[in-house]
Amino acid sequence: MTKSELNPAVANGLKARQRWHPAEVVFWLIAFSSYFLLPGKHLILNEIAILALFAISLDLILGYAGIVSLGHAAFLGFGAYAAALFAKHINPDPLIGLAFGTITTTLLGFITSFLVLRGNDLTRLMITLGVALLLNELANQLGWLTGGADGLQGVEMAPLLGMFRFDMFGRTAYAYSLITLFVMFLIARRISYSSFGLSLNAIRDNSLRASAIGIPVNRRLIAIYTIAASFAGVAGSLMAQTSQYASLDVLSFEKSADVMLVLVIGGAGYLYGGMIGAVVFKILQDWLSALTPQYWHFWIGLILVIIVLIGRERMSQGVAGIVASFKRKTPAAPGPAAKAEG
Amino acid sequence: MATVLETVGLEKRFGGLVATSDFNFKLEGGERHALIGPNGAGKTTLINQLTGVLPPTAGKVLLMGEDITHLRPDQRVRRGLARTFQINQLFLQLTPLETIALAVTERMGHGNSWWRPVGSRAGITDEVAEIAGRFHLGDVLGEKTISLPYGRQRLLEIAVAFAARPRVLLLDEPAAGVPESERHDILAAVAELPREVTVLLIEHDMDLVFSFAERITVMVNGAQLTAGTVDEVSHDPRVRAVYLGEADHG
Ligand SMILES: Nc1ncnc2c1ncn2[C@@H]1O[C@H](COP(=O)(O)OP(=O)(O)O)[C@@H](O)[C@H]1O
Ligand SMILES: [Mg+2]
Repeated sequence: MTKSELNPAVANGLKARQRWHPAEVVFWLIAFSSYFLLPGKHLILNEIAILALFAISLDLILGYAGIVSLGHAAFLGFGAYAAALFAKHINPDPLIGLAFGTITTTLLGFITSFLVLRGNDLTRLMITLGVALLLNELANQLGWLTGGADGLQGVEMAPLLGMFRFDMFGRTAYAYSLITLFVMFLIARRISYSSFGLSLNAIRDNSLRASAIGIPVNRRLIAIYTIAASFAGVAGSLMAQTSQYASLDVLSFEKSADVMLVLVIGGAGYLYGGMIGAVVFKILQDWLSALTPQYWHFWIGLILVIIVLIGRERMSQGVAGIVASFKRKTPAAPGPAAKAEG
Repeated sequence: MATVLETVGLEKRFGGLVATSDFNFKLEGGERHALIGPNGAGKTTLINQLTGVLPPTAGKVLLMGEDITHLRPDQRVRRGLARTFQINQLFLQLTPLETIALAVTERMGHGNSWWRPVGSRAGITDEVAEIAGRFHLGDVLGEKTISLPYGRQRLLEIAVAFAARPRVLLLDEPAAGVPESERHDILAAVAELPREVTVLLIEHDMDLVFSFAERITVMVNGAQLTAGTVDEVSHDPRVRAVYLGEADHG
């Protein structure tokens, strides 16, 4: 097969990678229509949107770059405290506070990224876990600043854009979180189809080969870890701002474990897994904790074991074929020219 | 022809085992050079040191006269030194299209670009098509690498290295483990590598080595047994004794 015969197949194949799948469009139509169709549920929808963004953040390092973390709440919590403190002491404007929470968390991500470069999965799990525990204890000890175990009280946000007050029904909150989630998703999606994003997949699959084609592996890992931290910082800021409160449990091990669970439920490595997982997780949490308030983690644990044993792939195919169609779309088959046996 | 790749007193020890011992070796620009020796002679370990995967215990590696002994693997690739692996090292969840496009993008220096989609740059499509055609991967471009037959994976293994447009290409047993029926494609692709690429080939098939190489280096127990033209080496009784004897039952 000659080069000119292959040219269209290559061009189409590369273009098809980032094309919007109809299922994606449907997904976002549903997400946005939920605002109007479920007016009584804005509070929980807001929580779902924030959890979804947090899960996208973990997906960027876990699903794309293959970095496991059991302490991702470090960034969520840091963003939450940064945004809450900023609103309380400096400026109550949500967008300025969001920027502040994001930038400071990004810095934390950059600094801690050097810790996850070395070692295998197990050392990474321990290090990320350790960093989160450390921050948790720090926030506990700095009671004068963070409110310690009582949480940070007295955070009052100014209206969004000077117009929309944060109401007790979560109307403003959900609109704010959902739009932010969408914008951050678009950025994540763009990154995932860039050559940088592809190089992360390469590192995840085989870092030895990645370096053998000229990829500076460590620099790419630093970059994505920092980017992921900024995503978690956005989620944390949203969380603190829309609840006008920050407490130690945003930094807890449970938060880190929950977001891992969300990705296990929804699947890692295609961005939508975090969002679908967040919806399922929150609904389950809501439902199970209404059923058995004290023991809902028992049921979540059971579900986790079942998912891992049965295999998420098979289950999601059984439950809804559509989930499968979201998954890493196999890049479009090459054009007819390429199909003919060469 | 100028020397493109050179080792000076290279030595590698794994604990008590000497895997490379005072190895002095030169690759001349554009030549076809074969590195042969029985299993465990230290050929792969040598490649690992040349490419920066393993640090040598002593000695130097020079590329175009520059000391690259302390450079990272990716830095060496960007200076024109690429390799393939004896055991496939591929991106199993990616497609050959993505793999080759990524390698080309990295070589062009755009790998860091986190905003522009892969393939949105001029020239990438042409080059990926050229490489896919050269290595007979045109009909499987969109399939996941993990699902490719082994022979195709071996071709991709070379294609990825070639996509770095190296000046020096080190091929570590490119046809290893490939069934007889599929060997031809791989060997043909190796034979058709452009002349401006200097090639070092590790291979056990003597017929292939003699037809491909201009010069041969023989390695035994980490040391250089002899080096010379195909004629010289093939008539060297020590080579026949050590290597060819071993190959018969290895
Ligand atoms: N990472 C390593 N650690 C310890 N020993 C090694 C390592 N890599 C290779 N060796 C040993 O070094 C010797 C040379 O191996 P290798 O370079 O793979 O030989 P060849 O490629 O010529 O078959 C063998 O004895 C092998 O067991
Ligand atoms: Mg070997």
